[in-house]
Amino acid sequence: MTDAHLEPLSRHPRHMERVITGLFFVGLVAFGLFGAAYWQNWAAWTLGATLGVGMVAVGAGMTAWGKYLMPRGPFVEERHVLASAPEDLERFTNAIVARGGIEVRRRKVLGGMLGAGMGVFGVVAIFPLLRSLGPLPGTTLQTTNWKRGTYLVDQAGRRIHVGDLGVGSIVTVFPEGLENTDEGQAVDQTILIHAEASSWTTPDTTPGGFVAYSKLCTHAGCPVGLYERGLQYLVCPCHQSMFEVLEGATPVFGPAPRPLPQLPISTDAAGYFYALAGYDQAVGPGFWERS
Amino acid sequence: MAPLRRRKKPQEPLGPYGKFGKSVAELDERLGIAKGGRTFLDKIFPDHWSFMLGEIALYSFVVLLVTGVFLTLYYIPSVAPTVCHTPYAPINGQVTSQAFCSTVNLSFSVRAGLLMRQMHHWACDIFVGAIVLHMARVFFTGAFRKPRELNWTIGLTMLILAILNGFIGYSLPDDLISGTGIRIAYSIVLSIPVVGTDLAFFLFGGNFPGTAIIPRFFTLHVLILPAVIVGLLSAHLFLLVRQKHTQFPGPGKTERNVVGSPMYPVFMAKTTGFLFMIGGVTALLGAFFQINPIWQFGQYKASNISYAVQPDWYMGWLDGALRVMPSWEFVGLGHSIPFEVFLPAIVFPGIIFTVCFLWPMIERRYTKDALMHNLLDRPRDRPKRTAAGAAMLGLLSMLFIASATDVLANFFHISLNSVLIAMRILVIVTPFVCYFVAWKICLELQAVPKAGKRKVANVVTLTTAGEYVATPMPPPPGADHELAPEFVPALLELEDGGVDDGSPHAGDAGAAFGTSSVRTVPR
Repeated sequence: MTDAHLEPLSRHPRHMERVITGLFFVGLVAFGLFGAAYWQNWAAWTLGATLGVGMVAVGAGMTAWGKYLMPRGPFVEERHVLASAPEDLERFTNAIVARGGIEVRRRKVLGGMLGAGMGVFGVVAIFPLLRSLGPLPGTTLQTTNWKRGTYLVDQAGRRIHVGDLGVGSIVTVFPEGLENTDEGQAVDQTILIHAEASSWTTPDTTPGGFVAYSKLCTHAGCPVGLYERGLQYLVCPCHQSMFEVLEGATPVFGPAPRPLPQLPISTDAAGYFYALAGYDQAVGPGFWERS
Repeated sequence: MAPLRRRKKPQEPLGPYGKFGKSVAELDERLGIAKGGRTFLDKIFPDHWSFMLGEIALYSFVVLLVTGVFLTLYYIPSVAPTVCHTPYAPINGQVTSQAFCSTVNLSFSVRAGLLMRQMHHWACDIFVGAIVLHMARVFFTGAFRKPRELNWTIGLTMLILAILNGFIGYSLPDDLISGTGIRIAYSIVLSIPVVGTDLAFFLFGGNFPGTAIIPRFFTLHVLILPAVIVGLLSAHLFLLVRQKHTQFPGPGKTERNVVGSPMYPVFMAKTTGFLFMIGGVTALLGAFFQINPIWQFGQYKASNISYAVQPDWYMGWLDGALRVMPSWEFVGLGHSIPFEVFLPAIVFPGIIFTVCFLWPMIERRYTKDALMHNLLDRPRDRPKRTAAGAAMLGLLSMLFIASATDVLANFFHISLNSVLIAMRILVIVTPFVCYFVAWKICLELQAVPKAGKRKVANVVTLTTAGEYVATPMPPPPGADHELAPEFVPALLELEDGGVDDGSPHAGDAGAAFGTSSVRTVPR
């Protein structure tokens, strides 16, 4: 055979055969080692290493076989016209149009009734498929569990004493009894800050320079967990919105549009923090019903 | 007495293909596979490397399916609290969700479990990456033009589903970082005007986080979305076979043929080898490069947060869009529209994907080109399309970088505010710069003769006399059909003048494959 297209690409096929045999042998050994690694429960990485080396070697061998030892080509295949012959197209279209016209009499009545039925079907199908999935929101998003007199507790359920936090410290607080519930964690989470009292301008401060803000970012609802004491900023680690702690948590930078709502707090006779009232607005990110 | 066993009848003589031929004949009698099967074996695949990108996507999807099935055997889709017993000491004895505990345990207690999990995650990142590169190749070479507009649409739909399923998948372990991602997703759904609140409540079965989302995500992730992707994938490949491959122009390559390697045996050997190599590379990544170590992040708790919270790479552009967006909220008439979330997270990706979906139509309206195209464009020959693609990639890259503003600020010791402002400017400016630069480069390249042609290497030898002699190497074998630039026949003719008398031609692959429909390129 003299046709260059049918000859292998490799100029030294014998040599290439040896290389490929070597690759397959590496694969064989590696797969064997994979079995051993699994059986003997060797370190986790040995499993992936043996499997990976084996598969790459066998794969490279197969690819090299195809590329270097099989006919080099290139070969050519004719394309066929995709479109059908005009008479076939005509017969096809005719069957759709003409048969429909003949077979379906009283089309208006039938079609109208079918259309109406399908329309109602489409509408009512939404109920089980979508409406059943969850409750209507109602006013759920407008409210939290904070009420007048609710004590602030930390993650472990301990009430927060005025002496617990030094200046520049923060703690995440929850309504007492709800610290380990989904709602308490996701909705009511509040950050209590003992800020520097010197340049204080927030109207509802409590004695001692303590202030409590909702921990839910007004941008996308991440916990605003980063307190920059030097700048007196609260920073959201998700999208870097910054809130000025001493100015009522007004957003000073980033995508958050609204201040973090403030929880009015006070201390009881023993020095434990409680809420003077709930939040005066919905906490967290914006939504349509929020006014 | 009659013999118990009848004597065997003498067998009919086997044909020239022996027992194998007989089995094929038996099969063909029942299924009629011979004719279509032969066409299938003869299908030609172009040899250009860029056609491999789609294969990478396909084979990493295979890896995803195999490793994914393994993971479903151990993962428990529930947020029910449980005391987690695990070999990993820091978590052992803690109360976690079933989802988190089972993911930790399938990593540490199940043999090969960690490997499978890491391979699954790596394969996903490769899958989406390969789809994007494949799509870029199709875009820049104009492979989406008539008759392949539908396949462009199917491919793009698969990209969107792949991104979505990737997000849902890495949300399943219920760890701190993925839980934060779900929280942001909830806020994004909330931001949709009028129906957002209801949609979010339906999707999550109530207010965030609820107990419904992890099991629902699981069903979506392992059943619904993969089933849709497999269906679309089949349609994608069916159309590919039906319409045949595109190819780059070159000697012997026309609008009416396909030049390359036949399905059997050449392409089959190469592509099966490639499947193994991709599986192997994924296994090596899974073995040596840790990905998503959820036991370090810990169980998700809605009031906890970590520093440098970033999603997987293919969600980065959306996270970046959320970061660079100014805080424009509409409040009035008793309602709010959180544009600061709705625009970057819903409207913006909607626009991007709509433009991609409509691109074949947009371009066709602009070029008034109604012809069938099987030969690919060189990107430089379509400067405006190439520039538009570059602008899109520039925009998305900038948003991707913007998803790391905090990391950048830390790394370069510059203020976060400066980084964000710089990124806001770059996101606006970069697409225009990319457009102009790409357009200009295209025009310049068009003017350079032979630019981009494969160069012939010079071998420099030092003679005994101390002289250097440069000798041009002969073109490497196999590259000759790319190196002979002069002969481009409009339509491939048979070498004996177009009369096919059934005898083998000089360049007839029939000698090897016994065919008359597969032929070599005349030279």
